[in-house]
Amino acid sequence: MADMIKGNEAIAEAAIRAGARLYAGYPITPSTEIMEYMSWRMAEVGGTFIQAESEIAGINMIIGGAACGVRAITASSGPGMSLKQEGMTTLSDEELPAVVINTVRYGNGIGTLYSAQCDYLRETRGGGNGDYRVIVLCPESIQEAVDLTVLAFDLAEKYRMVCMLMTEGALAQMMEPAELPEMREATRYPWGFDGKYTNKKIGIFDRNSMTEAVALNEKYNSVKENEQRWESNYVDDADYVFVAYGLPGRSTIGAVEALRAEGHKVGFIRPITAWPFPEKAFKEVNRNVKGFISVEANATGQLIDDIALTAKKAFKNNIPEYCKPHVYGVPSMRVIKEDFMKVIAGEMKEVY
Amino acid sequence: MAIARKVPELVDRPNGFCPGCGHGIVTRLIAECLEELGQDKNVIFGIGVGCSSLLGGVIKADRLHCSHGRVGAVATAMKRVNPDNIVIAYQGDGDAYSIGIGETTSAAYRNENFTTIIINNTNYGMTGGQMSNTTMPGQKTSTSVNGRDCAVTGMPIRFPELVASQFAPAYAARGSVDKPANIIKVKKYIKNALEAQMNKEGYSVVEVLSPCPTNWGEDAPASMKRIVEALIPYFPLGEFKAREVK
Amino acid sequence: MAEKTKSKGKVLTTPERCKQCGLCVANCPVSAISFGTEINSVGYNFTIIDHEKCTVCGMCYMTCPDFVYEIQAD
Repeated sequence: MADMIKGNEAIAEAAIRAGARLYAGYPITPSTEIMEYMSWRMAEVGGTFIQAESEIAGINMIIGGAACGVRAITASSGPGMSLKQEGMTTLSDEELPAVVINTVRYGNGIGTLYSAQCDYLRETRGGGNGDYRVIVLCPESIQEAVDLTVLAFDLAEKYRMVCMLMTEGALAQMMEPAELPEMREATRYPWGFDGKYTNKKIGIFDRNSMTEAVALNEKYNSVKENEQRWESNYVDDADYVFVAYGLPGRSTIGAVEALRAEGHKVGFIRPITAWPFPEKAFKEVNRNVKGFISVEANATGQLIDDIALTAKKAFKNNIPEYCKPHVYGVPSMRVIKEDFMKVIAGEMKEVY
Repeated sequence: MAIARKVPELVDRPNGFCPGCGHGIVTRLIAECLEELGQDKNVIFGIGVGCSSLLGGVIKADRLHCSHGRVGAVATAMKRVNPDNIVIAYQGDGDAYSIGIGETTSAAYRNENFTTIIINNTNYGMTGGQMSNTTMPGQKTSTSVNGRDCAVTGMPIRFPELVASQFAPAYAARGSVDKPANIIKVKKYIKNALEAQMNKEGYSVVEVLSPCPTNWGEDAPASMKRIVEALIPYFPLGEFKAREVK
Repeated sequence: MAEKTKSKGKVLTTPERCKQCGLCVANCPVSAISFGTEINSVGYNFTIIDHEKCTVCGMCYMTCPDFVYEIQAD
């Protein structure tokens, strides 16, 4: 039986064991424990911890460390993540791997301290300038958070992209049993700076955006083809398919099991990668499905957009997509079942 | 008796700076110091946004173009993870003292062991000559067309003095490239700064007063005259924190 | 017979790099540098040196922002 561990601590220790050797960041609820843990743990493994003077300085320190070939990680939430957006597009432009943890909290501006899923569109579209993407991983449990943290470093290195672990504040703060991985040897990326100018560069005014755009699309198409991850069940005969991720995904799965037991033909798709969105999962769904139902914790409905786009791509006919956003927290199985009853009673209008 | 001088291979190619700009002179001095200290194959640059960005097209060394103002943070991390490399932050007054004032000052505050070189030409050059934090009182720029009103916009900032008097850096100096005698001193300051870094003494900064003929609207020799008459009285030259003799 | 003693060495230039800024002209202590009549491929009247006047002091190298000069000490 694995030991009980807090979400934030598990993520931090998983990063250390995956070979992370630079943490630079700023405290912000509900991610702060990751930074506090790193402040003493990094030195134990010969890594570097820098308490940055701001969120912006923090992401720029990650840029500096990654440029030197070090596995680097930072964590934040809400307005702190907003401040980092220039850093995200810069990491993407420089093709630097980095892992960024967003323990999502509800609200615009300063926001609140409630757990939520209101950063979905920003993380999957990119909040910085330009048309870059980041790989977005969404755990439903602390164990999965541990496993995805390790995967995040490997994917970031493989594709030379930012890989984000987008989780809810509640997961960061709760405790569950989780097995931690073996400690890996930390190595430097071979292309990192060593002072010797081993890898040549051209001046920024000499870059060719046309050829770079071709390469950018090739990279992202490769990620989309090879790195979609999801969990699904009961989709081949489902009348309605729920789509939800993270902790709301977990309670949705519970609701689906309960509804099935009551005789309803429902299924679920739980995206584990929000980007690349698991389009392949939709291809497995019953061709006669009557609708998709999003379960998400934000105000305006964000995941629903990707559901609609993907359903449109996967199906010839227009399938209705439903969404009553739950604003914040983790919707209970009871509430999700109530949503479903409204859908089949014709009391909830489709969004798309 | 002639002394042989050849521009180091590190920078020996055409550069994109404006005619008469001080960046080119300082670039050469940095390269000479690195060569003389045996560090020209052991250096990483963090380059600012602005005219300083043009360094990237001329120098053959490991370098990162940083987001505007953020070199102080990028260089902090580069030096922390690569302590045996020389790390040089290369910025203008806009990058270092306006948008980057937080990162620039924090690195000095923490006494990070890298060298910051700031080219001060009293305006935002690359974007066409707007007012900067080192624009002089009454100086006309594209955003102070009637002359800078310091009562509303603040007096020009004197950063090496701030660092030397309020923090505990290894080395802080200001030089000028207005004449060969001062160019020789700038080279000495840069070398002192780099030696302080090599000896792990802490943070070093060298600000260099530079002409900007394009945006000052005068030719290069006249611009050098402006440095002597208008800038040096306000921005004194010298070492505000000399290296400690151990 | 009085003979003018002169430093050994020679100043070489890469005219393609000259941007006609005038700093070397202004700083040459013996006024040995002037702008020629030819222009280089970037459109500037590049500097020419009167090697008779030149004392190979190196001020031009020191003050040139464009790496035009090389001082040879033979």
